Amino acid sequence: MEIFGVPTQALFGQLLIGLINGSFYALLSLGLAVIFGLLNIINFTHGAQYMMGAFCAYFLLSKLGVGYWWALAITPLVVGAIGMVIERLMLARLYKLDHLYGLLLTFGLALIIQGLFRNEYGTSGIPYALPQELSGGRNLGFMFLPNYRAWVILASLVVCLATWFVIEKTKLGSYLRAATENPQLVQAFGINVPRMITLTYGFGVALAAFAGVMAAPIYQVNPLMGADLIIVVFAVVVIGGMGSIMGSIVTGFALGLIEGLTKVFYPEASNTVIFIIMAIVLMIKPAGLFGTQR
Amino acid sequence: MFPSRSIFAAASLAFAASGAQAQISDGVVKIGVLTDMSSLYADITGPGSTVAARMAIADFPAKGVKVELLSADHLNKPDVGSSIARQWYDVDKVDVIVDVPTSSIALAINQITREKGKAFLVSGAATSDLTGKACSPNTIHWTYDTWMLANGTGNAIVKTGGDSWYFITADYAFGLALERDTEAVVLKNGGKVLGKVRHPLNAQDFSSFLLQAQASKAKIIGLANAGGDTTNSIKQAAEFGIVKGGQSLAGMLVFLSDIHGLGLDKAQGLIFTETFYWDLNDQTRAFAKRFAAANGGKYPTMVQAGVYSAITHYLKAVTALKGDDGTKVIAKMKELPTDDPLFGKGTVRADGRKLHPAYLVEVKKPSESKGPYDYYKIRATIPADQAFRPMSEGGCSLVK
Amino acid sequence: MAAVPELAPRAASRADGLAHQRIATAVMIAFFALAPLVLYPVFLMKVMCFALFACAFNLLIGYGGLLSFGHAMFLGTAGYASAHAAKVWGFPPEFAILFGTACSALLGLVTGLLAIRRQGIYFAMITLALAQMMYFFYLQAPFTGGEDGIQAVPRGKLFGLLDLNSVWAMYALVFAVFVGGFLLIHRTVHSPFGQVLKAIRENEARALSLGYDVNRYKLLAYVLSGTLAGLAGATKVLVFELASLTDVHWTMSGEVVLMVLLGGLGTVFGPVVGALIIISMENYLAQIGSWVTVVQGVIFVICVLTFRRGVVGELGRLIGKPL
Repeated sequence: MEIFGVPTQALFGQLLIGLINGSFYALLSLGLAVIFGLLNIINFTHGAQYMMGAFCAYFLLSKLGVGYWWALAITPLVVGAIGMVIERLMLARLYKLDHLYGLLLTFGLALIIQGLFRNEYGTSGIPYALPQELSGGRNLGFMFLPNYRAWVILASLVVCLATWFVIEKTKLGSYLRAATENPQLVQAFGINVPRMITLTYGFGVALAAFAGVMAAPIYQVNPLMGADLIIVVFAVVVIGGMGSIMGSIVTGFALGLIEGLTKVFYPEASNTVIFIIMAIVLMIKPAGLFGTQR
Repeated sequence: MFPSRSIFAAASLAFAASGAQAQISDGVVKIGVLTDMSSLYADITGPGSTVAARMAIADFPAKGVKVELLSADHLNKPDVGSSIARQWYDVDKVDVIVDVPTSSIALAINQITREKGKAFLVSGAATSDLTGKACSPNTIHWTYDTWMLANGTGNAIVKTGGDSWYFITADYAFGLALERDTEAVVLKNGGKVLGKVRHPLNAQDFSSFLLQAQASKAKIIGLANAGGDTTNSIKQAAEFGIVKGGQSLAGMLVFLSDIHGLGLDKAQGLIFTETFYWDLNDQTRAFAKRFAAANGGKYPTMVQAGVYSAITHYLKAVTALKGDDGTKVIAKMKELPTDDPLFGKGTVRADGRKLHPAYLVEVKKPSESKGPYDYYKIRATIPADQAFRPMSEGGCSLVK
Repeated sequence: MAAVPELAPRAASRADGLAHQRIATAVMIAFFALAPLVLYPVFLMKVMCFALFACAFNLLIGYGGLLSFGHAMFLGTAGYASAHAAKVWGFPPEFAILFGTACSALLGLVTGLLAIRRQGIYFAMITLALAQMMYFFYLQAPFTGGEDGIQAVPRGKLFGLLDLNSVWAMYALVFAVFVGGFLLIHRTVHSPFGQVLKAIRENEARALSLGYDVNRYKLLAYVLSGTLAGLAGATKVLVFELASLTDVHWTMSGEVVLMVLLGGLGTVFGPVVGALIIISMENYLAQIGSWVTVVQGVIFVICVLTFRRGVVGELGRLIGKPL
């Protein structure tokens, strides 16, 4: 097992890895936070949409010969569009009811999507190649850092900050935030609120799909890749504060770091630490670290 | 009201009644293939096992025995599996259950089969307890087990120079058992274990564990895990340049379908043990071709081959015995030597362990492979009498 | 905040409503008493255990308005506890079941104290988190046997007299447990306690202003729900002679939600019907392939979109009386 007094070099290596994982958590929880924070929908389908993103990238490559970089752009659009259809056809009917119905619906959808993919593709996983430009890595002295993983951190930070900026600092974002607080009033101002909601849901889903494409080269593309991840991502969003974009981003990265540390000192707990933190946060500050009580 | 199931009447056989039918319960030998059709092990066993079973029944020379095949998906859940088994035995009058991946389910069915005096031929599950403390006069453990994996891989690797190990272990009973057994073998052969790290089951990301393994500079990184954990570890190891950096990966439980899912560029150089490979000889190749044609182009894994072999021998015993009483058939199967095109000649021991040779294989580089599923180089052959745990060490109560 | 607005169709006149329910109860009891002559008894025992589990869950959401997404932890905890007691400590079956149930009750108390203060989504998320922690604990704790589970749990002799290895004896026990649990829930719901619970569900603020210690009532409902779920789990373990991780996995929590949703949230018989349908479906489909999850998902979606009252709810609406 693990030795105490891990040499600092090894520690840095683990922290860096933790940061990389945190990027995924941040990206995924960002999508969830957008959807919950702005729309009050608990999107249990998020994990399945992440998986669809990875599969879409795979299809693009194997059936159409379209490579990774194009996939990064196309996949979010495709999966986001599918998300918007789901929202229009099904979720929109539930807005008048308790939020828990939204949770149950998306839970059911997740079961369907995952089940269908699994029937078709089994569970061993499908290989997706690392893009040429990003293969190989750099020896940083304390560890060998694959280029692709460095790219993950970068891309994730950029996307997260861009999203945060759009929502918190631009006019579009302010319309959106207003629409969730008081849809009738905003609609009275002539803004098409239902359409904004649909687009926002689509955007959240697109973020999940984007994360899926990023994951495809390093984690096996398999139908269940989102299933257990979704619960962790929920925990991140809850800790960060269910309405807070910045909260999710920060918590995502922070969690990655904490998990990385746990893996060094007590790896068996690395799965549980997030839930322990979540339970504690919920006890003390149920709105989450950065959230505001709704 | 009872659930319909897929019944495939055997391709063979005339109904020539007479004495041959007299002691066969209900005049029909019913074989149930219980496997995982939809989750973790679907590609390793799953529908392919049913295909193998059908082929075995079809290939069995007609001798006046009517055979029926049922199959079901245990969804990788012990309660679903044991429900189906009970129902099959009580209501559908199934005589023998075959395959059953997932050790916990196999152990449960082992118990139920014993209570009801039927027969159980395990191909998919790994736990060596089936021929150890849980051994039963109604069960035969076919294809492989944890001891053989640990011993085959561990022994052979240490002997060929891999004498320093680092383990990446899935933190659950099966993974820990694999690690323990392999470590014992490594140490016995004069090797060293430089360290181990436990990861939670179904971890997606192995980078931090691989980093530690890399830092240890052990020659061999032993992956004491299975399924998605193994394939993920391997894929990410490739990313971190572990094999290029001179270390080798030893998979403790890897199947042909896993390699297929990974692709050779990620899996190349991986070393592990199996008891069947389709490209061993002309007979296995012929089988594989027929199998692939019936199984959507996928080649047989050792578990699926084991199903074929087990059913072949079972039917042989039933014919010789002219009856299908579970306990008696199993006893007969231990009496008769086995011989089939896939595993060659072998025997079944008193503790229910089927013996056949094991092969240490290494995954080819992409340049060395001439076609799909051409993945392995055979590094060594472990003779049948050394591949499996000696009967005296198992703690089986059937062995005096 | 009303958690599930359309449930528990208002009781018509008391006399009428109860008479109908009494008839339905009699039908249900007769069904389970006579069905083993025709259907496979082990299947029916499984249905009864899950029906009890679903009823216990329904108590919490249908009457208490709290959606717990972690109820599997009660099923599993009691299961492991009673399996261990029966196999390792040699408890006779009645004590094994009691012990398992007691463990679940304790778990209910502890987790309830933590979770009750929050509502709605937060409550669901807390219960999910707690259940996940229990899952990972059980995954690693040696006594549970991890992936193998606790195998070969002996059924023993009930009260030292009745050998439970006989299918009929076991069936009788499960039947008794189920009917007892069901009637207990029924009694609870129609008691003053149940009335207060409904009041809290409809309008918590008002109940609070009337002087009721809202949190205490909710906690009590939660513990009761968890205890009965535990009873179901402990009994189930003896039926199958096996305690496994499936019972603590979060998909099990999802399944019980599905059973209750399909049967009818907040109805008396809904959970039983829901359990019957889902278990039958699993059994049936398990034999022909891997479509179970897809079908379950479809049922979820349909129920949420257009069938919110569930089977029994719709039935109740048809005949104009609450079921």
